Amino acid sequence: MAMTVQCDIVSAEREIFSGLVEMVITTGSLGEVGIAYGHAPLLTGIKPGPVRLIKQGGAEEIFFVSGGYLEVQPYHVTVLADTALRADDMDEAAALEAQQLAQQQLADQSSEIDFQRAAAQLAEAAAQLRTLQAIKRKAGK
Amino acid sequence: MASTKEIRTQIASVKSTQKITSAMEMVAASKMRRAQERMQLGKPYAQRIREVVGHLANSSPEYKHRFMKERDVKRVGYIIVSSDRGLCGGLNTNLFKAAIRDMKVWADKGVAIDLGLIGAKAGQFFKSFGGNVVASTRDIGEAPQVADLIGSVKVMLDAFEAGTIDKLFLVSNDFVNTMTQTPKVRQLLPLVAEENTKLKHHWDYIYEPDAEFLLKGLLTRFIESQVYQAVVENAASEQAARMIAMKSATDNAGELIDSLKLIYNKARQAAITQELSEIVGGAAAIQ
Repeated sequence: MAMTVQCDIVSAEREIFSGLVEMVITTGSLGEVGIAYGHAPLLTGIKPGPVRLIKQGGAEEIFFVSGGYLEVQPYHVTVLADTALRADDMDEAAALEAQQLAQQQLADQSSEIDFQRAAAQLAEAAAQLRTLQAIKRKAGK
Repeated sequence: MASTKEIRTQIASVKSTQKITSAMEMVAASKMRRAQERMQLGKPYAQRIREVVGHLANSSPEYKHRFMKERDVKRVGYIIVSSDRGLCGGLNTNLFKAAIRDMKVWADKGVAIDLGLIGAKAGQFFKSFGGNVVASTRDIGEAPQVADLIGSVKVMLDAFEAGTIDKLFLVSNDFVNTMTQTPKVRQLLPLVAEENTKLKHHWDYIYEPDAEFLLKGLLTRFIESQVYQAVVENAASEQAARMIAMKSATDNAGELIDSLKLIYNKARQAAITQELSEIVGGAAAIQ
């Protein structure tokens, strides 16, 4: 029986696969890679496409990932899959959107934080909560 | 004494409020369960990527990324994760308090502050109190996705890379259990890697294509996953806090109804007694 290596495929939103496999085959940044037990430590990007696992006994399983990263340790293979399609210009657009929303919200205000006023209002809100709790306790008696 | 009719209307209105709060409590309870599940689902990724980054920090790379180097602090960034909606007790209030306390320490040292806000409540709060908000995200909903957060995180990471900010913090609520949620301030950048003696011998990865490109992408993902986990955890905290707040509101309404009923019965008794004494008095006057 072939040697197996622990393989985990995870995305930020869930775990996709975890178990022992004989080989992991996918497309890295520089081309196809096949990882078996005892591979040298490797770190590479993954291109959007299938990740093929040959499981113990020869059964195959295929997962599609929309990009991500592959980390190889001699006894451990980790696929960090992206959940969203990533491209630099798309990220840029998202960043711009976040900045615009911030500017929109802050159209008419100074950039200095008014610590005292903030602390005062927070203290007031906390005091209100405490008072409510006190009233409740009193009413409960 | 208020008329019996007035009290009756008041009781009816409190009762309908109680119905709403108890419905909200039940909704929050079921949403909290789902949010907790989501929190659990994201954990493997956060853990794995932390391991990989830990390996990186403990390897002996020929290249060290800017995200891993400490430098003099002139301006710091905060990513503040709040909820989109209110009616969740002191959750956001306590969070902002923790953030303000932490920021004041920097402000007193003459360090400027940039803010990246997630959630509508943070937007409202810092709109009225100032602060240099450079990025904002809202309406993330109950099932947050990494894609929703990329923008805000990128703004802060770019600022760090460009040298505009020298430290980046993340402020969010930790879900301890249903009753307790604690606001936490964590340092995201520069990365504080945990020491791992097991891996302390000399080795390095084979990088394909090269270390700089990979590290940038990987560290960006790492920060994003940290922020995502914080947002998901904050969502669970929000639902838990709302559940507790609504439960106590329902209890309060119950108590209010009880005391109103007492007043109502007293008023009714008084009215009956008065009527009786009037009749008796009237009869006595005729005789």
